[in-house]
Amino acid sequence: MMPLWLDIVIAVLIVSGASFTLIGAIGLVKFRDFQKRLHGPTKNVTLGLGGILIASIMYFTYTQQRISVLELLITLCLFLTAPVSAHLLIKSAIKRQGLALPALPPTSKPDQKN
Amino acid sequence: MNFSLDMLLQPFSHVGMVSKYAMLIAFIFLSISIACCTWRVVRGPMMEDRILALDTLYINAIAVIILLGLVFTTRVYFDVALLVAMFGFIGTVVLAKFLFAGDITK
Repeated sequence: MMPLWLDIVIAVLIVSGASFTLIGAIGLVKFRDFQKRLHGPTKNVTLGLGGILIASIMYFTYTQQRISVLELLITLCLFLTAPVSAHLLIKSAIKRQGLALPALPPTSKPDQKN
Repeated sequence: MNFSLDMLLQPFSHVGMVSKYAMLIAFIFLSISIACCTWRVVRGPMMEDRILALDTLYINAIAVIILLGLVFTTRVYFDVALLVAMFGFIGTVVLAKFLFAGDITK
């Protein structure tokens, strides 16, 4: 049986990872814009999966008495691919919808610009 | 049939004294998360929303697969998770590229 401290650490990692994933998915539903909606999955869900993978590394390192490397491969794969897919999606959204950057707010002293 | 908390916790009871509650909470949270992503796939006003929701959906599927690997204490599911991660990324890139360029081989 696992020692209690390892049990508590694994439980905290699993619950926090699942909470981050849930918060990202709620952000995917609740935000209004596509640009705002892109924030939830690309950051929160990746972080939540990282927490679950760390918990899995600790559990299998304890039960099988050796360091497990396969989770690190999954982590590396996801942390490399999530920004790439987000970049492609936002490029496609900007091109198809003609989204432009909002204009800057007016400055208080336009005459003394130089 | 009488439902109780012990009945729900019974599949996770060998994982740990504290982590069995954590596993139950995590599975409930991931189910709600998958439901949210499915709602966005069905609803999404833009095509990019649907692709983004599918992207989130396969990451949630990886999380569920890894937790199932913890429940059954087997290493087989990690190969499945790695394959889902790689092919899900390829699918997302191909769909986004198709929307962006109109052609996936450009």
